[in-house]
Amino acid sequence: MAAVSMRLPVARKAVGPSAPRGGEKHLVAPGDTITTDTGYMRGHGTYVEEEKLIASVAGAVERVNKLVCVRALKTRYNGEVGDIVVGRITEVQQKRWKVETNSRLDSVLLLSSMNLPGGELRRRSAEDELAMRDYLQEGDLISAEVQSVFSDGAVSLHTRSLKYGKLGQGVLVQVSPSLVKRQKTHFHDLPCGASVILGNNGFIWIYPTPEQKDEEAGGFTTNLEPVPLSDREVISRLRNCIVALVTQNLMLFDTSILYCYEASLSHQIKDILKPEVMEEIVLETRQRLLDLEG
Amino acid sequence: AKTFTLLQSEAVFWNGKDLEDLRVDGRGCEDYRCAEVETDVVSNTSGSARVKLGHTDILVGVKAEMGTPKLEKPDEGYLEFFVDCSANATPEFEGRGGEELGTEIANTLYRVFSSESSVDLKSLCINPREHCWVLYVDVLLLECGGNLFDAISIAVKAALFNTRIPKVRVLEDEEGSKEIELSDDPYDCIRLNVDDVPCIVTLSKIGYRHVVDATLQEEACSLASLLISVTSKGALTSMKKVGKGSLDPESIFEMMEMGKRVGKSLHIALQKILDEEESLGTSRQKVGFLG
Repeated sequence: MAAVSMRLPVARKAVGPSAPRGGEKHLVAPGDTITTDTGYMRGHGTYVEEEKLIASVAGAVERVNKLVCVRALKTRYNGEVGDIVVGRITEVQQKRWKVETNSRLDSVLLLSSMNLPGGELRRRSAEDELAMRDYLQEGDLISAEVQSVFSDGAVSLHTRSLKYGKLGQGVLVQVSPSLVKRQKTHFHDLPCGASVILGNNGFIWIYPTPEQKDEEAGGFTTNLEPVPLSDREVISRLRNCIVALVTQNLMLFDTSILYCYEASLSHQIKDILKPEVMEEIVLETRQRLLDLEG
Repeated sequence: AKTFTLLQSEAVFWNGKDLEDLRVDGRGCEDYRCAEVETDVVSNTSGSARVKLGHTDILVGVKAEMGTPKLEKPDEGYLEFFVDCSANATPEFEGRGGEELGTEIANTLYRVFSSESSVDLKSLCINPREHCWVLYVDVLLLECGGNLFDAISIAVKAALFNTRIPKVRVLEDEEGSKEIELSDDPYDCIRLNVDDVPCIVTLSKIGYRHVVDATLQEEACSLASLLISVTSKGALTSMKKVGKGSLDPESIFEMMEMGKRVGKSLHIALQKILDEEESLGTSRQKVGFLG
């Protein structure tokens, strides 16, 4: 049965500070004066005019000694060494792949900084170079770690661990990188029956939890078997939950996603994206997270 | 509008080879995303509407201007469509990038409205052969999130519903020269009957299924889609196939039946919300663009 729901738009409600969390953040909008004290140094997201330090982006002010930066809420991804990212191959070049990772410049993945199928460790020969498209081709998604950041901000990736590599079946959700919480691990097998990779670059990959961790192939064979309906339902629900959390600007990490998933269980999957349902489940999630903090 | 490249296995996941009624965002095959409709959002138009369907954001303005009827139809007014693809929607529209898509959409709208019953064009005639109302329908794409055509047609219908054309009288003096007199009361206006204005329903073939209201990602997976325009009574007024893939003739009939069914519920939902907004009248606070 076709379901078409239409509604009148409602004005956005002004939300107060979510909770006393000890030490309010110093938030600024573009053009706001951060400080009139001339003793500070101008960092990212700021500029000096008439001896005042002014914000050029909306976000939170961060101070490191004399350096003042504004960390923008809505931004492209700024790579840092050790970050886990999910990216899409856009180009195959000589000895390297270009990867789109939501940063200002395309990232690169060198042929020499990946494990060849079969986990072989050897010099990369000309044959390997010719076979590059067999490993990864345009449009493929990969998970990788940031190996280094060039002076212009471009990122070099590596997949030198069996954790990383080509991604198979699943769903990609793109969010703002500032909403992904930095944690020890960004690979999570959630108890609800699916796994997520929370890329620091705001690309989130949701996929069915692999049954046996078969590392032999080095992650270059993709399983094209259809995913059972029950798994797909869980993945769809997780996807909608993440979209809900992001619309309400809640940080993404395993606990918040799981709490949101549990809060959504009383609703149908497609109803989660209705504004009022979204608000309700995110409120419940936020409450549980606050209780957890104590 | 946007070209996606999807990983093969990712596409398999989105496709779902089986006939289960589950899409990636949990919708069934015949479900639309939640839509927001608001009319009368631009004050200097005769009628306007803004429609948000998921991430697709459309603004339509209708401006009534006086013109001369077309030679072949001296006692009718006419509609003009123009589609502007704002570079705000996607950077690809920058410069002349959106022109091709804009013309394609405008041509589709001309075809959809070419049926005589869709709008009573005779009511737009002021003075046969000399004066008639020309309705300039301007569509602005603010954001593209898939399923542009359906969203645009909904917005056009809502804007036409909202359109108020001032009443004019033709005075003729003894020498036969005619003068047009505008009514003094600004609320004295005619409204269009939009009962038969069709809406477009796009059915995309994904895997073995046909889905309505495809998202950008779903559109990237779909090889062919069928665009049909349906009136509130379920009559089909025009049909168009888009995409490079092919469709089985049998499945086209299936899609048409499905489109009619979905189209009917689309019209019911739209009419309900338009009536609701009208009944609230001025008591409703307008949301507009800053809400």
